[in-house]
Order: sequence, then structure tokens, then C-alpha cells
Amino acid sequence: MDQKLLREREARCVQENPPGCTAGCPIHVDVRGMVAAILKGDYEAGVTLFEKMVPFPGIISRVCDQPCQKACKRKEIDDPISINALEKICVDSKHTPKPVVGLPEKNKKVAVVGAGLSGLTCAFDLARKGYKVVVFEASGVLGGSIRDITESKLPREIIEKDFAVFDQLPVEFEFNVVIESQGSSSRSFIGLRESFDAVYLGIGCKEQNALDLRVALDGNIAIDPVTLATSHPKVFAGGRLRRGCEERAPVTSIADGRSAAISIDRLMQNASLTANREKEGPFVSTLFTNTKGIERENKVPIIDLANGYSKEEAEAEAKRCLLCECRECVKACEYLAHYGSYPKRYVREVYNNLSIVMGIHHANKMINTCNLCGLCEQVCPGNLNMGEICREARQMMVERGKMPPSAHDFALRDMRFSTGDNFALSRHQAGFTASNVAFYPGCQHAASSPEQVKKMYQFLCDKLDGGVALMLGCCGAPANWAGQEALFQETLQKFEQEWRKLGSPKVITSCPTCFSMFQQNLPELQVEMLWTLLDRIGLPDKATTSTFARRKFAVHDSCTTRYEAALHKSVRNILGKLGYEIEELPRSRENTVCCGYGGLMIYTNKDVAHKVINRRIKESDTDYLAYCAMCRDNFASQGKRAFYLLDLLFGDEKKTGDEKDVPGYSQRQENRARLKRSLLREVWGETVQEPETEVKVIIPDRVRQIMEDRMILVDDVIKVIAHAEATGNKLKDSESNRYIAYFRPVSVTYWVEYSSQEDGFLVHNAYCHRIEILE
Amino acid sequence: MGKQAIQQQKIVCVKCGIYLTPGKVTLSYMGSTFPVELYKCAQCGLVYIPEDLARGKMQQVEESLEDK
Repeated sequence: MDQKLLREREARCVQENPPGCTAGCPIHVDVRGMVAAILKGDYEAGVTLFEKMVPFPGIISRVCDQPCQKACKRKEIDDPISINALEKICVDSKHTPKPVVGLPEKNKKVAVVGAGLSGLTCAFDLARKGYKVVVFEASGVLGGSIRDITESKLPREIIEKDFAVFDQLPVEFEFNVVIESQGSSSRSFIGLRESFDAVYLGIGCKEQNALDLRVALDGNIAIDPVTLATSHPKVFAGGRLRRGCEERAPVTSIADGRSAAISIDRLMQNASLTANREKEGPFVSTLFTNTKGIERENKVPIIDLANGYSKEEAEAEAKRCLLCECRECVKACEYLAHYGSYPKRYVREVYNNLSIVMGIHHANKMINTCNLCGLCEQVCPGNLNMGEICREARQMMVERGKMPPSAHDFALRDMRFSTGDNFALSRHQAGFTASNVAFYPGCQHAASSPEQVKKMYQFLCDKLDGGVALMLGCCGAPANWAGQEALFQETLQKFEQEWRKLGSPKVITSCPTCFSMFQQNLPELQVEMLWTLLDRIGLPDKATTSTFARRKFAVHDSCTTRYEAALHKSVRNILGKLGYEIEELPRSRENTVCCGYGGLMIYTNKDVAHKVINRRIKESDTDYLAYCAMCRDNFASQGKRAFYLLDLLFGDEKKTGDEKDVPGYSQRQENRARLKRSLLREVWGETVQEPETEVKVIIPDRVRQIMEDRMILVDDVIKVIAHAEATGNKLKDSESNRYIAYFRPVSVTYWVEYSSQEDGFLVHNAYCHRIEILE
Repeated sequence: MGKQAIQQQKIVCVKCGIYLTPGKVTLSYMGSTFPVELYKCAQCGLVYIPEDLARGKMQQVEESLEDK
């Protein structure tokens, strides 16, 4: 990910874009922040945010024309929130003028003609920057047209209080001075241009002097809408002079004064007048805010017109504010929520993590925890996919040797088991020399329900013509998820070779992940999910005499096939044919969530994976139905009654739907190996020896659970004991009389506490570490 | 003397028939090596790493080295 791609990705996340009100406000008041402060009862914080952008808070809090309201999201539901009334209560309750801190005085002079809101804002901003400013005003008072507003709406003491700020700034006022359009005296337009470094014209709409500036087609002075520059390089103009006098728009006048001040400051510094000014004035924000499910609620009326809202009323109105933000993905994804931020920040963290040469890679865990399920992309208004970013980051970490070895080691070893001789198999149907289709149950279906694989294979052989091959193995998904691109390609190629040897038959798989891996990576291979096939060719006979009572299931769609609409439909059709009622979970089909296994999350960050599972299983009290064996096992492992679709098809009474059915890691490997051996014997009539174990071990359930949590296989324990017994290298706790031994098969040192029994070894405990003991 | 040390004093090397005693051991991970003191057999060098150490301090060290 280079800088350009980083920016492009960051820009897709709209969470940091301002709410509509702030973007629509010409001077970008942080309304959301102010409302949040009101909700906390902190009016001082509210007024501080308001003052930060507004030079004359007392005046604006009473007379703002509120362009923000047009952009208020609440408008889509009922009425925009009463922003100006909330500003007023903030100012009225807490506003005490604070000392103005300006920059050191500069050796530049600016003339401001007209002491209306635009001219005074320009003077205020420039004076704070250290410019010496002289304001020429035709009347005897400051404020211009705001003096036309009634006293009851805008009390005069409010005006005076706001303008008292000029007592602290290097601004000089010359009242009752009309700048002549003709001649060249010091009080003439030409004279000002000569004696000042820049001039701002904020002369309102009353005076239309024929100044010697270029005019536009409408006869008014031509003014650049962004820089407020006129045809004379030293002269800028804005306010009602620019806008006309039809409407009063005080906050736009202030924005004009501010823009002119920015232009003049840039002019003085010989900087570009036009660069990076796109979002200076009002703009339309691309912040997305979901308003689904928000109920109508009437605007809190202002009963006391003179004084505005009471604090109770203000808080009630503030509660109507949606405090606009996006967070669509964070709301949908437990993983994104877990790290406490949102993708714009995460993308940057990933980028930084990849850029570090020396130092701690703080984002490793975050990168390796994502389940790569793609839900974020599905719900994101900018379609940003954190999974894509995390997987790409994992690939780079692997390439650079920066992938923590512990992250995916266990899962990859499990994958190698499945691609190795213990499990991998590729055969034509017995008695056939060619295959029309190949059944590929995937490593996890075989690990979870080996008997069902046998039954389904038999069914397919009976039902389909032209030979049904069987292929056992692993599609390589764990390597793909782990960022091990080379290993993934190697695994895929190995599969492809076997498949070509069978004559490139169409592949039928019961695993949604295998399906998506083949579909995305082997374009020549035709692949179909078992479920769409069964929907088409009919169900096993036994299915219709299911022993399950007629009941309802909540369908969990698999995340790796979230866009396979035909698959979603077939699964529901099958349930319908079996006579079950279907419940749709709140997040289903293309919006489905991962079961906690995707991306190897369950291995890299079990805590977050369990949070993911637990959130999913709490979505409904109804029993779940999954069509991925792994999804089903993950739900059941956390105590949710969940069934695999084949449990229903074969009416397996032994399947209780609870965690007792969930095989552990060792059992999963054992199930795969046994499945291969029994198929070879039963289907192809081969003689297959049962493997002889080096030592016999007895492992109590308690210890088995410990091993499961620590990802220690029975086979690892056997290796330790076999090594200790063969070499005599073992320790003994003289008090408990238990042996303690260790052995490092490859990259993990396993420790086992055990004792001898007549018929084998009783295992008391097992633990492991990756640090190597050298001597 | 800590509880752990007392427990470790009871560990015997089966082959050599002697109690383990504290000794120097070199551990290594991710290209870093670090000398530590662990209970080991003074004769054959067989080392004892108790569960608390393996799942506590050692795991922390593993994690910080992996993130370097």
C-alpha cells in the first residue's frame, strides 16, 4: 500500500467527514460537538466550540439565518433541530468574553471599508494575525445593517458586548468617513490603495459607488467567488455588496469577511490565493448517517420568545440531534468495534505498521484478527473492505518475514495434515474410469461429520450418472487467509493437478469456503455448492422421514458466499421441502456475519472470535441452521443449539445440536484420517492398516479441554511421552511422583506431566512455549 | 525462597537420579538469545520450565519479540 492507495482508502471511510450542519454552515460551527456538550449539561464547552468559529457569538446566536438547517439529517425524518436556539442558550448561560490573543504585529496595513459584519470579521481575523487594520465607516456606529434588526430580537447591549473585542486588537476606526470613488485624496478609493497594502470592501448594498473595478454582466463588481478578489490585485470585496440585499444572511457575511482575510493574508505572504480552498465555504458533506428506525419526534417549541429555551427544553431539543456519524461497519462488526475506532484510522494503523523498520508493530494483532468476511464492504457507503487490506498486509508481513510465527502456525499445520497422506484422496467412483462430477466435502465438513460425508457420497453416486469422483483435501483457504500466498498457490496447484487427473469434472462441494476459493482462484474449474445441486436433483429419501419434530430454524448464511443469492434460495427451499419453518436473522444473506472462524480469527484472537460468535448466537432464541459445518460447530461450541444442514437431511438422531457434538482439534484430524481409511476399505475395497500409536495415552476430559485451549494435539502429547520413554530424558516430581517431559517436534516445545498406568500413560497436564531451549 | 523455587527443588532428573539445581540456560527466539537461570540437571543438562513460567513471562517475551 503506497501513500496514494492509503489516501484513496482513507477517503472511502466517511466517518471523519463533518455532519451536514457543519458542512452547510459557511463558517463550519461544530454543531454536533456543541449539542453533545449541551447533553452533558456543559454549556461552557458548548459556547467554547461556538466561539471558536464565530467572531461575534452574541449577535450570531440571535440572528443567524441558519443555512445549517437545510443540511440537518433530522430533516429526512421530521424537522431539523433548532440549532440557533441551542447556540443562544449556550451563549446566554456561559458566554464571558475571553482575552483575545493575537500574533505579533506585522508591518502591513489593511484598510477595511464598511463596518458591517463582513468588514468587521475581516478586520477581526486580520488583526488577530498581527496586521494593522483601519476600518472606515460612513456612519457613526459599528454593525452596519444589523442595526436594522429590532431591539427585542437583538438587544443593543449584545452588539456592544461582541464589538468590545476590538478594544483588545490593533484596529483603528474612522467613523463618519465616506470613501470617495473619485479623486486621489487619502479618503479616496485610489488613495486607500496607495497607502494600504490591501483593501477590503464591505460596503453593503446601500452604496453603489462607481469604483474603477471591473464589473460583471449584471453591472455589479466582478468578485471571485472563492477568493473574493476583484480586478485590482490589492482589493477584495464581499458581504451584501457581493450577495445583494434581498435576504439577510449574517453568517454568510461573516464567512465573506473571513475568506477575504485569508486571501489578504495569503497575498501578503505571496502565497497562492486559490490553493486548497474547496471546503472553505459551505459544502455538501458525504458523511453517511443511517436514519433507519429513528422515530418522528416533534421539535421542542420555543415558548418564551424573548429568552428562548430553558435548559430543560434545550436538552430535550438536543436529544433530537442524531449526533451524525457513520460507523455502519463498526455497528455491524464485532472485530471493528473491538479495536475502538473505525476503518479510516485502522487503514492508517495498518499502513504505519507496514512502514515500521525498527520498533514495535502494534497493529499485528489487529491485522491478524480480522475475519476477512467482507461485511464492512457490504455496509460501507464507500465500499471500503478492511478484510482486503488486512489480508494484503498479512501477505506483506509474510514476504518480509515479519509475520509473528505463532499467529497461524497451528492452523497451517492443520492444513498440512489435510493436504497430506492422512487425509488427501482423489478417486474415481468405484467401478468407473471417468468422472462426470467430483464430490469435495472440504476438510472441516469431513472433520465435523465424517459419517455424513460417507452417506452423501453414497447418495450422489446413486443419484448421478457418469461417475462421481471423491476428492478429500484442503482448498488452501487457511494459507490464503494467513497471507501465505506461496503456500496457497502450491496447495491450489496440487488440488488442480489431482482434479485434472480425474478429467476435470465439475466439482460439488459442501463447504462455502472451498466454493469461494475455487471460484475466485481457479477460473477453469466449474464448481457448485452441494445445496443448489440437492435443491435441483431432489433430497435423499430418508430426509423426508426425518426424525426431527416439525420446527423452526433460524438460517445462518456463510460469509464466504454472501453474494450467492441462488445458494441462499436453495438452502431455504431445502428447509421448506423438509417441512421446517424458516426464521431470517437480522443479518442474513449478503449482510450475513462471520461465525468467528473466517480469516483464522479463532486461532489468532480467540477472545474476539468468541465475542463475534456470542453476538451472532444472541440474535435469536431459535435453533440455528448452518450450511457450513464449521459455522455450526462454532455456534454449538459456545452453547447455541445449532444444526448442520446434513443433520436434517440424514435425520441423524445422535445429533443433539449442542456442544457435545463439537469435535476438538485432535478429534477433527482423527475424524479426517478415519474417514479416508474407512472409505478406502468400504468403497474401494482396499486393505488399510489402522495406524499403530507409539504409546497409549489416557486423557481425562479436564486435560483435554486444557489442551484444546492451548492448541495442543493428542499427537503432540504422544510424541513427548514416546520421546521421554525412549530416551529416558524425563523429570520426576518427587512429591507427586509424576513424570515431566518435554519435546520440540518442530517449532513448539511441548511439556507433559504424566504417570504410568498398567495400560498406558495418564496425562495430568500439558503446556507449551515457542521459545527454544538451546542448552 | 518463593513458592515456585520450593516446588522446583523437588524435581528429580530420572536418568541421573539427582535433584535439579539452579543453573545457566540459554533460551532463544526470533534470532534473539538470552541467558537465564533455570532449574536443571547439573549432570545431563535436562531443563525444567514450570507451567507458570511458560505461560506467563515466557509468553510475554514471545509476544514482544514477535511484534518487533
